[in-house]
Amino acid sequence: MAFQPVFLWSDILLFLLIAVVVAGVFYVRSQPHMLEPWRRVGSSGSAMASLTLLLLFVLIGVLDSLHYRPRLESVSAGTNDVRHSVEVHSAFDVLAQVLRRGTEKTYSAPFAAYLYDKENIDRPDGTQFRDYPRLKHAAVHLQDPPSQLAPDVAFGLARALPVAAAVWLALALGVARRVARQSACSVASAWRAIWRRETPIAWNGALTALGATLALVVPLCLLSADYHVFGTDKVGQDVFYLTLKSIRTALVIGTLTTLVMMPFAIALGVVAGYFGGWIDDVVQYIYTTLNSIPGVLLIAASVLMMQVVIDSHPDWFATSAERADARLLALCGILGVTSWTGLCRLLRGETLKLRELDYVQAARAFGVTQVRIMIRHILPNLMHLVLISVVMDFSGLVLAEAVLSYVGIGVDPNTVSFGTMINQARMELSRDPMVWWSLLAAFVFMFVLVLSANLFADVVREALDPRLQVLSRNRLIRKAAHA
Amino acid sequence: MLAYIVRRLLYAIPILLGVNLLTFALFFVVNTPDDMARMQLGIKRVTPEAIARWKSERGYDKPLFYNSQAEASAKFTDTIFYSKSIRMFAFDFGRSDDGRDIGYEIRNRMGPSLAIALPVFLLSLIVTIAFALLQVMFRATYLDYGGVALCIAMMSISSMFYIIGGQFVFSKVWNLVPISGYGEGVDRARFLLLPVLVGIVGSIGSGARMYRAFFLEEAFKDYVRTARAKGVPEMAVLFRHVLKNAMIPILTGAVVVIPSLFLGSLITESFFGIPGLGSYTIEAIQSQDFAVVRSMVFIGSVLYIVGLILTDISYTLVDPRIRLQ
Repeated sequence: MAFQPVFLWSDILLFLLIAVVVAGVFYVRSQPHMLEPWRRVGSSGSAMASLTLLLLFVLIGVLDSLHYRPRLESVSAGTNDVRHSVEVHSAFDVLAQVLRRGTEKTYSAPFAAYLYDKENIDRPDGTQFRDYPRLKHAAVHLQDPPSQLAPDVAFGLARALPVAAAVWLALALGVARRVARQSACSVASAWRAIWRRETPIAWNGALTALGATLALVVPLCLLSADYHVFGTDKVGQDVFYLTLKSIRTALVIGTLTTLVMMPFAIALGVVAGYFGGWIDDVVQYIYTTLNSIPGVLLIAASVLMMQVVIDSHPDWFATSAERADARLLALCGILGVTSWTGLCRLLRGETLKLRELDYVQAARAFGVTQVRIMIRHILPNLMHLVLISVVMDFSGLVLAEAVLSYVGIGVDPNTVSFGTMINQARMELSRDPMVWWSLLAAFVFMFVLVLSANLFADVVREALDPRLQVLSRNRLIRKAAHA
Repeated sequence: MLAYIVRRLLYAIPILLGVNLLTFALFFVVNTPDDMARMQLGIKRVTPEAIARWKSERGYDKPLFYNSQAEASAKFTDTIFYSKSIRMFAFDFGRSDDGRDIGYEIRNRMGPSLAIALPVFLLSLIVTIAFALLQVMFRATYLDYGGVALCIAMMSISSMFYIIGGQFVFSKVWNLVPISGYGEGVDRARFLLLPVLVGIVGSIGSGARMYRAFFLEEAFKDYVRTARAKGVPEMAVLFRHVLKNAMIPILTGAVVVIPSLFLGSLITESFFGIPGLGSYTIEAIQSQDFAVVRSMVFIGSVLYIVGLILTDISYTLVDPRIRLQ
C-alpha cells in the first residue's frame, strides 16, 4: 500500500457521530409523529439555506478527517522495509494539493504577484538592488504582472462563472426531477413550484444558498491554482488552505463536546429527576459546584493541568498529529464537563414533571421496572430538549474555541483553527502597510459557519419546542391580525 | 427572610468546599508539585536540587494532607492542603509563583476591572432593553424581522472581532481614542470609552433576542389583552404593563452577574491593556502561575454564589408572588 491509514480518536468519534445522525434520520423517517417537526424545519427557507451551507462545511470537515501517512520512498532498495512518513495528511490535503504546492517567504496580498516585503535581489551582473521579489508559487505564468495580472484574473473569473452556473443548473435540475417524480408532474411545473415555494421542502432556499456559494467558491478554487487567492501569512502559507483546514477543528469542537457531555447530562438529569431524594441532592450539589466556578477559569485550570500531563508523557503519541489530536479531544472533554450542567438541570426539571404524568404512573402500576420506565417512557420525551441543546450549543462552542485559543488554553498551537489564525493575525493590523487578509478570511468563514448554525438552530428550536410555538412567525401574524 | 439568607449562606459552605477540593485535586493530585516545578523551570536541564528549591520557596514541599513529622495540630495545618486551600476561606491567598502578594494585586486591580465592567453592564442593559422593546413595538413587521436577523448576525460575530474592528476603526482610522492603555484622572475616560462601547455593542445581539422573547411572552397574556380592550394606549400597555412585568426575568437574570463584575472581562482587558483582574488572570494563565489561577477560581466561585443569593432575594423584592421560606 502506498499509504497507511491513520485513525485519530477525533476522526473515529466524528464518524461515529455521523453514523448516529444517519441512523437517526432513517429512524425518524419511519416515525410519522417524529417526522412532523422536521417537516416544519424543511419547509423553512432559511433552515434549508443554512443546512446547505452547514453540509458543505461538514463535507470539507469529513474529507479532512480521512487521515493517512504517506509511504516514504524506499529507504533501502530491495528490502521489504516499509517506512511511513511521520507527517499525517488527510484526503482533503490530496484534493487541495494545489494550495499546498509551496510556501512563500512571508506575507503576500491576495492575488499578488510580488512579496509584501522588500528584499535584496541579485542582478545578473552581480550588483544588488532592493525591490519586492516575485512570488515563487503564484502568478508564475505571467511575464509582466503589473499589466497582465488584472486581465488574467478577470479572464479566470469569466471562465469560472459558467462552470459554476453549469454545476448549479445540473444540481437544480436534479432536484426538480426528484420533486417531479414525487408529485407526479412534469419537470417544468416542478421547477415553477420550487421557485414559488409550493413544495413541502423549501428547495428554493437550499438552491439559492448553493448558487451563491458556488458563484463564490468555484472561481476561488479555479483561481487558486495560479494565485494565493487569500494571500499568504507570516511564514508564507496559503491563507485559503489554512481557512479551509480550520473548518475541521471548529466542527470537532462544536460537535464532539456535546457528544462527550450528553451521556452525563442525560443520565444524571433523568436519574435525579426520577428518583428525587438524596440522589437528587447529590446531583444538584455536583452541578451547582461545577457551575459556580467561572467557566473560563475552570477550563483554564483543567487545560493547564492537561498540558502538564501531555508534556510529561511524550511517549504516548507516535506523531505530533496524534498529540495535537489528544489535546483537541481533551479540550472537547473539558468544555463538555464545564457545559453539561445547563442541559442536566433542564432534563431534571422536565423529568420531575414527566414522572407525575398518568402514563408513567400506569407503567409503574403494570410493574415495569424503573430502568425501563426511564429509558422507554421518559427519555424519548426528553429527546427534543437534547436535540435543541445540541444545535444551540454548536455555535457557542465554535466561538468559544477562538477565545480560548487566544487566551492560550485552546487547541494545540500547531493545530490550524480559527482561534490560532486570529491570534496570529491580530497584531498584523497595526503593521504598516496593513496585513488584513488572514483576519478577514478567518472572520468571513467563521461568521458564515456560526451564522448558518445559529439560523438552523433557531428554526429547529422553534419546530421542536412546543412552548416556543407562541413566538413562531405565523402565530404572531395571526395574533397581530386579531389584535 | 433573614432565616432564609442564613440558610443559603450555610448551604454555600459545602459548595465552596467542593470547589476547593476540586481545584486542589486538579492542581496537586493530577499533577504533583514536581511536575509543576519542571514545567516552570523548563523540561530540559533541570536538576533535582533546582526542583527542591523551587518547591520549598513556594511551600510546595509539604505533604498533601497529613504531616506525620509535625507536632499536634500542625500535623494537619503544616500541609499543602491546609496552607494552600483552606487558608483561602480567610481570603488569604498567599504569594504567586513569582513571589508577589496575590491579595494585594487583587485589591489593586479590582478598580480598573470595575471601571469597565460596571458601565458596560448598566449601559448594555438599557440599550438592549430599548432595542428589544422597539422590536416588540413593531412586532410582526419587517422592522421586527430585520431586528431579529440583525441580532442573529451580531451573535454570530466573535467578541474578538468587535474589539479588533473597534480598535481599527476608532483608533487607527479615525484616531479618536488611544488603541490601548490605562491612565488616571480625566485621561481615564479616553481610555475607557472604546472598551465600554465595544462591550455594549458585543452584548446587544444575544441580549436583545432573549429580552424580545420575554417581552413577547408577556405581550400576549390575558391582562395585556384586557388593558388593550379597556382602551389603554399602546405606549402605556408596553411601558406600564409589558415592560414592568418582563423586567422580572430580566432583572433576576442580570443580578446573578453583578458580583462577578469585579472579575472583569478577560478578553477586553487583555486587548486594551487594562490592568484589571481579567488581564491578571490571562497573564497568570499564560505564564502558568498556578497559585494565581487557583485564587481566581476561588474568588470567582464565591462571587457567583453571592450572585445566586442576591438573585433569590431580588425575586422577592420585584415579584410579590414569590415568598422565600
